[in-house]
Amino acid sequence: MEIAKNVLLVFRTEVMYQPVIYRLAREFDLVFNILEAKIFPRREGRLILELRGTPDRVGAGVAYLAKAGVEVTSIADNIRRDDERCVHCGACTAVCRTGALAVDRDTGEIAFVPERCAACGQCETACPMRALAGVNIERLGGVEAVR
Amino acid sequence: MSERPPVRKSIQEINEKIRSGRAVVVTAEEMVGVVAEEGPRAAARKVDVVTTGTFGAMCSSGAFLNFGHATPKIKASRVLLNRVEAYAGIAAVDCYIGATQVREDDPLNRVHPGRFEYGGGHVIEDLVAGRPVSLGATSYGTDCYPSREHRATVRLRDLRDATLLNPRNAYQNYNCAVNRSDRTIYTYMGVLRPRLANATFSSAGELSPLLNDPYYWTLGTGTRIFLGGAQGYVVGAGTQHAPDTPRTDRGVPRGGAGTLMLTGDLKRMDARYLRGASLVGYGTSLMVGVGVPIPVLNEELAWLTGVSNRELVCPVVDYGEDYPHGTGEPLAEVTYADCMAGEIRVSGRPVSTSPLSSLPRAREIASVLAGWIRDGRFQLGEPQETLPTAPWAGSVPGS
Repeated sequence: MEIAKNVLLVFRTEVMYQPVIYRLAREFDLVFNILEAKIFPRREGRLILELRGTPDRVGAGVAYLAKAGVEVTSIADNIRRDDERCVHCGACTAVCRTGALAVDRDTGEIAFVPERCAACGQCETACPMRALAGVNIERLGGVEAVR
Repeated sequence: MSERPPVRKSIQEINEKIRSGRAVVVTAEEMVGVVAEEGPRAAARKVDVVTTGTFGAMCSSGAFLNFGHATPKIKASRVLLNRVEAYAGIAAVDCYIGATQVREDDPLNRVHPGRFEYGGGHVIEDLVAGRPVSLGATSYGTDCYPSREHRATVRLRDLRDATLLNPRNAYQNYNCAVNRSDRTIYTYMGVLRPRLANATFSSAGELSPLLNDPYYWTLGTGTRIFLGGAQGYVVGAGTQHAPDTPRTDRGVPRGGAGTLMLTGDLKRMDARYLRGASLVGYGTSLMVGVGVPIPVLNEELAWLTGVSNRELVCPVVDYGEDYPHGTGEPLAEVTYADCMAGEIRVSGRPVSTSPLSSLPRAREIASVLAGWIRDGRFQLGEPQETLPTAPWAGSVPGS
């Protein structure tokens, strides 16, 4: 069985120019899909990747990245919806392209599947209730990017 | 059809049933099934009240506040609540806090799209939630009101009076918004991606108050309603009330049409149903929960309250060019059934839809209001004057 996991990779100066990602495909047989990338000049690079493979191989790939000096953050573990603020209006579904936020056609509620989030950050601004937090490549997991 | 005579009930008769716990109350969603299965005449005989509900951003909302006098007294000429200005051009310690007023230092759209983090709608939510709000009032001083400045931290319970008075709420129908331009736009209809990439709509459809009494036969000054979690009232027609909008045979307006001006005691309301909203690139607003009970006085009203999302239509309007410039024609007419299913067709292309008003909370409001009526805690208000209307050209099938 294959799984897909979205992760944020932070490359500090020390590892920034090391070839790392290609090994995920070559040595761990993982399919990777670059969802977003941002380089903050001279200091660090940030990459959001979708990793697809068997749970074992995804785990081994993530362990390899950490060992290589890349900071790995699971996106699903770091985005939050404040369910007290959310009124299930649906404005977020206009900008979410991955289906992490989608209308449940039976209840009309907005279903939230963090595992599908690509941390594009669009819902954070589109939400009229400011109920979504952490879903941004620059501010994910409370680690502010070094500019 | 039935040999039995047409149904005629009065609001007084229904209130008598409510008092004795015999009133039959269903939500507007449930009424769709009742009318479809039993027909309008049997439905009119069976059901006394249909409850509706809607919960969405309603910019034309605000509250009159009287913050009481300190010593010495002040004739406030400028009032700030959490740095949001409230209109003070009324008596000494009265003011009106409007939903769309933003903070004094808000960057607005200088960096587009602006975030509009806090405004009058949030002040109203904070007050209703019981949170402290900073009050700053200044004045030029008069012989009778010598104070020039008054600062305090107030909570809703400290205010002498607080009355929600919304000039235009519960728009009968609304546009479905799309964007034909080449750039993403940030509107009061949400974020619209370029080249018809998405559509947004804002209606509770078959649950929506004015879509269930499309000619406002039972609605007017004095109609008692659910407003922000408490009992409130219809003041009369809201601003921009336009009964003459073209309609379908079942009375469904093919655009905006009717509106309501609503009022209620803010001190009795619940922040679950009054929420400050920040619409990116547009401004602040207030999400308002409204529920209107429709008395089923006759089979015509049974038929009209039985309307379903499949029969409720709305125009698809381009907000990239046509809407801001008041030009062009709707690109299509679609049903709320399609909008709610997630996809409409515009110019031959499928376009995915997103709601902007909360269907779950609209359902909740219709159901809470039905509960109040069943429990005998809520009597129907008799309108002293109904709203301006238009003639109905349709008829009830089988009559």
